Amino acid sequence: MDQLLQFLISGLTVGSIYALVALGFSIIYNASDVVNFAQGEFVMIGAMSAIFMLKAGISYPLAAFLAIVITAGVGLALDKFAIEPAKNATVVSTIIITIGASIFLRGAALLIWGKEIYGLPPFTNNDPIRIGNATILPQNLWVMLGTAVTVFAVKYFFDHTRMGKAILACSFNKKAAYLVGINVKRMLLISYGLSAALGAMAGLLVTPITFMSYNAGVMLGLKGFCAAILGGMGNSMGAVLGGVLLGIVETVGAGFISSGYKDAIAFLVIMLVLFIKPSGLLGKGEAERV
Amino acid sequence: MRFCRNLVMILAVFSLVLFSSGFTAHAKDTLKIGSILAVTGPASFLGDPELKTLQMYIDEINANGGINGHKIEFVHYDTKGRAKEAKNFVNRLIKKDKVDVIIGGTTSGNSLAVIDIVQRAKVPFISLAGSIKIVEPVKKWVFKTPHTDKMAAEKIFADMKKRGITKAALITGNGGFDKSGRAQCLAMAPKYGIEIVADEKYDNADTDMTTQLTKIRSTDAQAIINFGFGKAPAIVAKNIKQLGIKLPVYESHGVASKKFIELAGDAANGIRLPAAALIVADQLPNDDPQKKVLLAYKKKYEAKYGPVSTFGGHAYDALFITVEAVKRAGTIDRAKIRDEIENTHGFVGTGGVFNMSPTDHLGLNLDAFKMIEIENGNWKLLY
Repeated sequence: MDQLLQFLISGLTVGSIYALVALGFSIIYNASDVVNFAQGEFVMIGAMSAIFMLKAGISYPLAAFLAIVITAGVGLALDKFAIEPAKNATVVSTIIITIGASIFLRGAALLIWGKEIYGLPPFTNNDPIRIGNATILPQNLWVMLGTAVTVFAVKYFFDHTRMGKAILACSFNKKAAYLVGINVKRMLLISYGLSAALGAMAGLLVTPITFMSYNAGVMLGLKGFCAAILGGMGNSMGAVLGGVLLGIVETVGAGFISSGYKDAIAFLVIMLVLFIKPSGLLGKGEAERV
Repeated sequence: MRFCRNLVMILAVFSLVLFSSGFTAHAKDTLKIGSILAVTGPASFLGDPELKTLQMYIDEINANGGINGHKIEFVHYDTKGRAKEAKNFVNRLIKKDKVDVIIGGTTSGNSLAVIDIVQRAKVPFISLAGSIKIVEPVKKWVFKTPHTDKMAAEKIFADMKKRGITKAALITGNGGFDKSGRAQCLAMAPKYGIEIVADEKYDNADTDMTTQLTKIRSTDAQAIINFGFGKAPAIVAKNIKQLGIKLPVYESHGVASKKFIELAGDAANGIRLPAAALIVADQLPNDDPQKKVLLAYKKKYEAKYGPVSTFGGHAYDALFITVEAVKRAGTIDRAKIRDEIENTHGFVGTGGVFNMSPTDHLGLNLDAFKMIEIENGNWKLLY
């Protein structure tokens, strides 16, 4: 019983990291039906630029803020110089462009920051908090708080703001959106900037726990992608549900079955879910889209 | 004008021919050393200092007139840690570049992948990777300089025995180094009367190992062994602290770099690990034969590139074992160089004192490893 509590807490902490990354996918997906495979790189760029500004002597809050701004700039540039020029490309081609962009960004990060692994100091005192016989780190609570705030912010953005609705409209039907006066090009640009900023935030929150290096975005992006698919692509609540579920399945599987087959167990669950409900747990069926 | 230009061209070509023929008439043949290293990719922290070390010393040797007059030509390819690329590049080194000696194969996976090729082509190959499988069973053309994971496991168990520990828990990653280390730990434990009561695994890209450690906490293990490198061992150390586990913790030589202490912070204190003497060179007693070699290497490397790592030291050992072998052979004939590498005796390198033989293509014993404890964020030599 003791163990189960720790497993659940561990699963929740890992899951909230996945969820935070998964959320980043939703904005671009909602704007253009494109899965942005450079999302993991946004996480990495946010964390790495903060790490190096901190090293250069800039205060932590300012470095964190600037890191988000820089990453948002990278997101805007990605849209302006790679996605927009290929405006007539199909969704699949655009996804391939984002894969190319992720390789490019990783290479650039390698040249700028080198191959070393770095960490960030925790936001607050990092003595473990005891819950019964299980423990949790304050930084993990920060991640959960960050996830909670972002999920509601993203949900509010899409459900209640004009811009959010305009972005959604672009994904449903570009031409119709254009006809009612929505600047489709600008909406796409904004969505890339926003999701990059969201990625950077995720990077800042998770780096004190997971560390960061130029290639760490790949794995974070992949796990985040799995969480997003599991929960239903484009649905912010789904991203959280998917992330936490993935985290808990991994840890409980590792704890009670075998740590060697941890990832295999997690992927088995994902496949089962997708067999039964291809659009993900909270995803809307394709039929509704028409 | 055109005539002028042609004349210049002809003269240029002519002088080039003259120069190059004159050059070969005076100097001896160049020794071609090829290398395949994982300079980028996940094992880059190993490959990067290896390449820098090789380049730095080869430049120095050439500036001093080469080895008995043989200049060294250095051909390098980056494998990115991928076994397939390692194979391709070794083929290229042998067939196209026609190298005399190959140094490299940063990771065990890369080294094992190219053994068949060098054996068939009969090119001496000195590996810079850890696994014991590279030289056991002995392959005629294959040597290596780093300590093996088997030695690390034995050194850890010997230390446990001293402390009266009989039950240990094992936690390892999914990389080649981790897996091979795990196998050696499981194989060596009975020899030292130690029972492995838990055998947990993680993915090297994982962000949290508290689950595995919780399982270990519920066993009656008296110590924890973590075999791995990169960021995962730092996360393991932090998670152990988070869970409040008070058992002695052993890491492998894979974390013998300051980076580990930097990442793990407080959680690194009290951890013990077997490692090459390089990281505690200044703490060695003055009569230690390695001290002079180590301090010289450290000083030279740090003056040029910054903090030294034991991994670059493996490249230093491989290069100078080759240099000494060429000196003794007096020729750059591959077979003769190979014979002389095998005859290496009493060579004081950064990894220890090498005594190779036809049955031992590594030539280090357990003394080459030092037992080190991390104290206040610094290495402390125990014995």
